[in-house]
Amino acid sequence: MAKNISVTVKFWKQNGPKDKGHFDTHELKNIPDDTSFLEALDIMNEELINEGKEPFVFDHDCREGICGMCSLYINGTPHGKTERGATTCQLYMRKFKDGETIVVEPWRSAGFPVIKDCMVDRTAFDKIMQAGGYTSIRTGQAQDANSILISKEAADEAMDCATCIGCGACVAACKNGSAMLFVSSKVSQFALLPQGQVEGAKRAKAMIAKMDELGFGNCTNTRACEAVCPKCESISNIARLNREFICAKLKD
Amino acid sequence: MWLINSSIGRKVVMAVTGIALVLFLTFHASMNVVALISAKGYNMICEFLGANWYAVAATIGLAGLVALHFIFAFILTIQNRKARGNSQYAVTNKPKKVEWASQNMLVLGIIVILGMGLHLFNFWYNMMFAELAETDGVALASNGVYHIVRTFHGGCPCEPTTGCGYAYTAIYLVWLCALWFHMNHGIWSSMQTMGWSGKIWLNRWQCISLIYTTVIILMFVVVAVAFCLGYVPCDFKEAMGECAKAAGSCCGGC
Amino acid sequence: MAKTIDSRIPEGPIAEKWTNYKAHQRLVNPKNKLKLDVIVVGTGLAGASAAASLGEMGFNVYNFCIQDSPRRAHSIAAQGGINAAKNYQNDGDSVYRLFYDTVKGGDYRAREANVYRLAEVSNNIIDQCVAQGVPFAREYGGMLANRSFGGAQVSRTFYAKGQTGQQLLLGAYSSLSKEVNRGSVKLFTRYEMEDVVIVDGRARGIIAKNLVTGKLERFTANAVVIATGGYGNAYFLSTNAMGCNCTAAVQCYRKGAMMANPSYVQIHPTCIPVHGDKQSKLTLMSESLRNDGRIWVPKKLEDAKALQAGTKQGYEIPEEDRDYYLERRYPAFGNLVPRDVASRAAKERCDKGFGVNNTGLAVFLDFSESIQRLGINEIRQRYGNLFDMYEEITDVNPGELAKTVNGVDYYHPMMIFPAIHYTMGGVWVDYELQTSIPGLFAIGECNFSDHGANRLGASALMQGLADGYFVLPYTIQNYLADQSIWPRLSTDMKEFDDTEKAVQAEIDRLMNIKGKRSVDSIHKELGHIMWEHVGMGRTKEGLEEGLKLLKNIRKEFDTNLFIPGDKEGLNVELDKAIHLRDFILMGELIAYDALHREESCGGHFREEHQTEEGEAKRDDENFFYVGCWDYQGSDDKAPELIKEPLNYEIIKVQTRNYKN
Repeated sequence: MAKNISVTVKFWKQNGPKDKGHFDTHELKNIPDDTSFLEALDIMNEELINEGKEPFVFDHDCREGICGMCSLYINGTPHGKTERGATTCQLYMRKFKDGETIVVEPWRSAGFPVIKDCMVDRTAFDKIMQAGGYTSIRTGQAQDANSILISKEAADEAMDCATCIGCGACVAACKNGSAMLFVSSKVSQFALLPQGQVEGAKRAKAMIAKMDELGFGNCTNTRACEAVCPKCESISNIARLNREFICAKLKD
Repeated sequence: MWLINSSIGRKVVMAVTGIALVLFLTFHASMNVVALISAKGYNMICEFLGANWYAVAATIGLAGLVALHFIFAFILTIQNRKARGNSQYAVTNKPKKVEWASQNMLVLGIIVILGMGLHLFNFWYNMMFAELAETDGVALASNGVYHIVRTFHGGCPCEPTTGCGYAYTAIYLVWLCALWFHMNHGIWSSMQTMGWSGKIWLNRWQCISLIYTTVIILMFVVVAVAFCLGYVPCDFKEAMGECAKAAGSCCGGC
Repeated sequence: MAKTIDSRIPEGPIAEKWTNYKAHQRLVNPKNKLKLDVIVVGTGLAGASAAASLGEMGFNVYNFCIQDSPRRAHSIAAQGGINAAKNYQNDGDSVYRLFYDTVKGGDYRAREANVYRLAEVSNNIIDQCVAQGVPFAREYGGMLANRSFGGAQVSRTFYAKGQTGQQLLLGAYSSLSKEVNRGSVKLFTRYEMEDVVIVDGRARGIIAKNLVTGKLERFTANAVVIATGGYGNAYFLSTNAMGCNCTAAVQCYRKGAMMANPSYVQIHPTCIPVHGDKQSKLTLMSESLRNDGRIWVPKKLEDAKALQAGTKQGYEIPEEDRDYYLERRYPAFGNLVPRDVASRAAKERCDKGFGVNNTGLAVFLDFSESIQRLGINEIRQRYGNLFDMYEEITDVNPGELAKTVNGVDYYHPMMIFPAIHYTMGGVWVDYELQTSIPGLFAIGECNFSDHGANRLGASALMQGLADGYFVLPYTIQNYLADQSIWPRLSTDMKEFDDTEKAVQAEIDRLMNIKGKRSVDSIHKELGHIMWEHVGMGRTKEGLEEGLKLLKNIRKEFDTNLFIPGDKEGLNVELDKAIHLRDFILMGELIAYDALHREESCGGHFREEHQTEEGEAKRDDENFFYVGCWDYQGSDDKAPELIKEPLNYEIIKVQTRNYKN
């Protein structure tokens, strides 16, 4: 049975990338603890609107932990992560204590400028993908699907890499603002599959070059990304990316 | 040049220089242990590493490695600060899996560098530099054991440890402690950066890092502490020999 | 004057129609492709794959999405899998059987020719996706693995864990990224299409709102493709994402594109039940769970009462007191009956008072038997992520042993209940996927074409990708072939001017209502009316009442809406208000269609039309057609019905039977 709790939400307000930004607070009373955290924010916004104020802006969409849109830094952790990997939308009020103050901040990283409040611009990830996150096949060129044999192990591991949802929690948690976990997951997915290996060297170089160009930091293996990744991506992907990149450069 | 232009390249420079420095430390620690067993043997090594061209060349190489490691550390840090942006989180919650050292490598590195400065003053300045510059201390330049005793014990081993000796030993221990943290993260991190890691090897490298670093640091610690507490190897007197005079009142009499 | 309908189905035997079409259609030569611009709105499976494929062919593509990245489109949330007639399992599958199952699953209300084409290209999709590096599940020999899905007796569903939609979308997204990099596709993220611009009777551009700056912008093209998904969010609570909306489609409808079969709304049987009035969306548990999970309610009413009161737990009810009602009613398909059948059966049990949670609106999905048979590890391997997801939401772990009685292990069962999931209806399109406005195409869930009155599991991904990769890129050329002679239009034209002004006027109107109620509060009320009156079990009286209430809602919206903030800059509430305006109109359309369709078929169930056993009763005599609705110039006027008769050449229309 659900019980009700009351919490104080301290949330970040910022009007555009140049604005300095500040915290606002709002008391949420008697929230059933089977409410999701984002639903609690909906309730807060409803109350703010009823008071004639502008609502708190944040990104969210599928609310089932797969689209990667939600991007809140809650109580010092991206997605307010619980024990298992989970996104903001999969966080439920039962994880909070009655009377607790919940601090909500945006992803803070130079690579992700704030658009408004906690909504940030993550198009940098798209640009990295555009640099090489694909196999260069055109529609209609493919041979029969079973003509490429792939071991179950390789397919499963590639799948684990491919589950990255591109939310940017890795960048948000990294003290270096590095996007290596994101890039390495994509590079790894392809590096593990024969379809992707053809362009492996080119891909690693292009994606890293774009990542550097966009001003993401240098990975120093702190493992913060891995610890907060909602899809539990491993930094062994980063090792693989390093290997792919170094080999590619040594061959040049 | 990808070693400078790309993020992974820069990290490779850090990794390679770091591993080279680890290898140097391995050699240095092994050499130090000799001082516990045989003063003469230790002095022979010191002599070998005196103002000979190969030793000087190696020293310059080593200095180059340190400089590279150091300069790249600053470049990386400046870039990373920039990438991180100006706005700071109001609340941060460090995940359990994140090693403290990994997030403080620069600070640890600076402590290591400062300690190294002191160390160079205590030893290298009085030994290789003395030989090269032919200063007054040249007679004692290659007598490594003497310098060890003088630094960690402070005076004649048969007399109680001086305050100065305790102080130096304490500073060295702090320094070694910082080095332990720095190396413990550095070794597996280098392997990760070079791409010689994976789901299984990551844990192995972390384990190897821990054991390897602990052994090396313990080797340094044992020598410093032992000499501080007045230990000398059995052939200490012999090894001091003629140098004892140059050393003044100390040692010769024991 | 009523419009006429021409579905433009090619001549010839069904198996040759598509081949014939392709052989004889008009093509655009490579040089002319460079002169032609195509706008694709939406970046889901259909949108992204179409944009990428058109870009590869050489067209200039402008691709729009409302999210921050194309990868966020809600196709990403599809869990179970994608169907294809590969027959890799040697269980007798074929293009014909997939075609037949889809038509039958759709309760004989889909167009034969479209479905056959869908089944035909299904195999190419799998090939295409594998080549893109989509990590489908594999067997130990390195071959692709399959699982079975509702409504089929063969294993033809390809899957990537419980995240097939994600992997397929990322595949399409990567192709799209490749084309963006090549320069053939220009991507506009955080843009929303507000209206289509019609010049000389043809779709020649759109007005889109930059959601960050709040500014309206004009885009011109030779053809416009909308791939903007379904209208499930008209029900407020659905498995759709929060941002899913039907504004683009409804705006096209206002401009003359007909809306077909809007009452065919799919209610998915395995969602996590509603828990309170604060809920913002419903979470789907993949249909694949029905492979190994058994659905039941208690046999005894007193057990159900105890469950509802919370004095008893599901695992405490012994095997002999459980009613596995799907297995009882449909022995041949058991728990794998199509979605509409499973959903209605759950509703029937709950209506009789056998619901198992505090609201009485839930049934159990139990894994005890399969865990005992296969072991917890095997089950976790298959459904681990779904179990975790369920636990995250409900705090109950279905893989956790609850108790053992007489050597029988009882695990915590999941609770599930039907929820709005997918809309089979949508913008009317002909065989070429062109709407009733020349130059305007609709693909994916947004159109109505392939699923009839009910969609089978794992067919939505198939249709989205079929449209985007293999159908639209061909058929659009038949339209574009003679379009390259016209110069690019200037966006200063009067038509663009007028359309933009109209959109701006609408925005001003909404901002100036300055009433008392938030968008969400009205939306919730709309959802409530829709679920109560236009939901799973519909009646004439209910629908008439619903239509009345919907009119009131519209009035409430028009007079009492409050949007905080400015019309300039980013204003989430304003965007939501625009969506809500169109959800209300769509809601009415669903009700009109449901009211006129005096039969039960697929996702549309009229309580007046059922057999004594409570099965849906179709009326092929009077309703064997596609109900197309034509806008009459104002939201206040009732739309006009135009019928597209269905013509089945090879399939014999009969009563759906999943019993034996």
